[in-house]
Amino acid sequence: MSEPALQLDEVRKIYRSGEDVVVALDHASLSVARDELVALVGPSGSGKTTLLSIAGALLEPTEGRVVVSGTDLTGLSSKQRTSFRGQEIGFVFQAVNLVPFLTARENLLVVAEMNGTLDGDTKVRADRLLDELGLGERSGNQPGALSGGERQRVAIGRALMNEPRLVLFDEPTSSLDTQLGEQVMELIRGNVKERGVGGIMVTHDARMTHHADRTIEIVDGRLDVPA
Amino acid sequence: MRVAIRELVRRPGRFSVVGGALVVLVLLLLFLGGLLDGLYLNSTGAVRALDADAVVFSDDARRSFLRSEISPDLAETVASVEGVERVGGLGFALLGVRIPGEEDVADGAVVGYELGSSELPEPPAPGETYADRQLAEDGAAVGDELLVGPAQVSLTIVGFVDDTNYLQQAGLWVEPGTWRRVLAENRPDALVADGAFQSLVVRIDGADAAEVRDRIDEATGGTDTLSDDGAIGAIPGISEQNATFTAVIGVTVVVAGLVVALFFALLTLERLGLYAVLKAFGGSSRTLVLGVIVQAVVVAVTAFVMGGALTVGLLQVVPGEIPLQLEPSRAVSTLVSVTIAAVVGGLVSLRRIVRIDPASAIGTGV
Repeated sequence: MSEPALQLDEVRKIYRSGEDVVVALDHASLSVARDELVALVGPSGSGKTTLLSIAGALLEPTEGRVVVSGTDLTGLSSKQRTSFRGQEIGFVFQAVNLVPFLTARENLLVVAEMNGTLDGDTKVRADRLLDELGLGERSGNQPGALSGGERQRVAIGRALMNEPRLVLFDEPTSSLDTQLGEQVMELIRGNVKERGVGGIMVTHDARMTHHADRTIEIVDGRLDVPA
Repeated sequence: MRVAIRELVRRPGRFSVVGGALVVLVLLLLFLGGLLDGLYLNSTGAVRALDADAVVFSDDARRSFLRSEISPDLAETVASVEGVERVGGLGFALLGVRIPGEEDVADGAVVGYELGSSELPEPPAPGETYADRQLAEDGAAVGDELLVGPAQVSLTIVGFVDDTNYLQQAGLWVEPGTWRRVLAENRPDALVADGAFQSLVVRIDGADAAEVRDRIDEATGGTDTLSDDGAIGAIPGISEQNATFTAVIGVTVVVAGLVVALFFALLTLERLGLYAVLKAFGGSSRTLVLGVIVQAVVVAVTAFVMGGALTVGLLQVVPGEIPLQLEPSRAVSTLVSVTIAAVVGGLVSLRRIVRIDPASAIGTGV
């Protein structure tokens, strides 16, 4: 059996502010297989963002072990984590956050450019991804000329550009209506299965959790992982 | 870097405010620099034209040509100093000049001299003059008979020379006897003794110039010998003028840097969300800062080109009495200083960009 896309072992994250101590994540353990989509739900302030940030090598845990696609992130320097993110992890953000003055195609290529891997192959890959996401005809359009659904598809394409092992989705349907949300979720699920990547999706939208293989609840930093 | 360039190309309006401010500052810098150069060149041309290795003043003259007087004996002593190759007398007389057919009286600096140079022919015959080309612009021509001073001493133009003005007054180069006659008839109070000059131009035979200058003062016991640059700096007002303009130009460059710094600081604030996303995707602070620097440099260079074009246009309409002179070296120094100011201004955003936490891209609607 192949190693999981993500493995969290007893991860804790503690924030200190003067005398106050806030436990944002409390002994969280979780394994996400390749080709598995996990929905993470919970109230505001429950630790969803912290978990996503730690899984995405954006934040270091106070305790515990984080392994992404076989690489233990413990002890990696900030520079190493930046490089690792660029190669192994994809993100789809809540506000989409495309670069407004770049075309759809350039928004995909910006990932390669940031990682210094822009070449002919990455350009071919960007074109193929846009075709697969149904955006082949729109590749030369800037975000302002795209619909909400198209922008979200570009964001998904951008997350997949570096051929990641793990993709993190932060409220991917929050700005979409139900119909568009369903379409985007089908696209996300399809890509996770087809490409064999692990996915964690933070969502408040209970209508979308049925697209996930599992739904995990987080409350006060503790994961409620079904046995 | 490509992202930064694309933003400049596709969103030029975004940079129009900082670009416009820099165009105005470049115009100001070139205008101030042109004024400084014009004033400097028009004040010092006569001394620069001498090709002097040393200029000798009498030590009580406080380094002023008009106060100085060097006797023939002193000149002989200077000529006998080891290392001195040639010695020539020099004297000035600042007077009004009437050009035939022109109503206005021009300002002239009658210079009596003995040594020609790369810029000056050997002295003309008595009653003749090589006039600075500025007088040609004022309407004079070769063969014209100029009338100098209230006594209207006649000088015939036999040729023009370039860049030989003294204290904004057009150089009129004459042989020593003519200079003495001009002084005697117009400014008898300033007349020096027979055979004497106000100062001496010294050419040195390849020996160490500073040592020879020291030897001259030691041998005469009554002179103050300066280098070419020293004599230029001693011209009344030159040092103060240079210091004042340099200070104003320096402050303007600092203002240019502040404008760029403020603009990119605000732009960085606006881009915090975008930068966090790019960092999350593996973008380094170095890459992002480099993008800011590239944009600052492109804006600065574009502003220089536009400001330079405006300055050239301005030169066409500025009245002739304003001594505005745009030198290539001034254009280069302005480009370099504005570019450096832009880079330093752009670097002000460095700290903020480095501190952007890529984790802030998650969980927010930025």
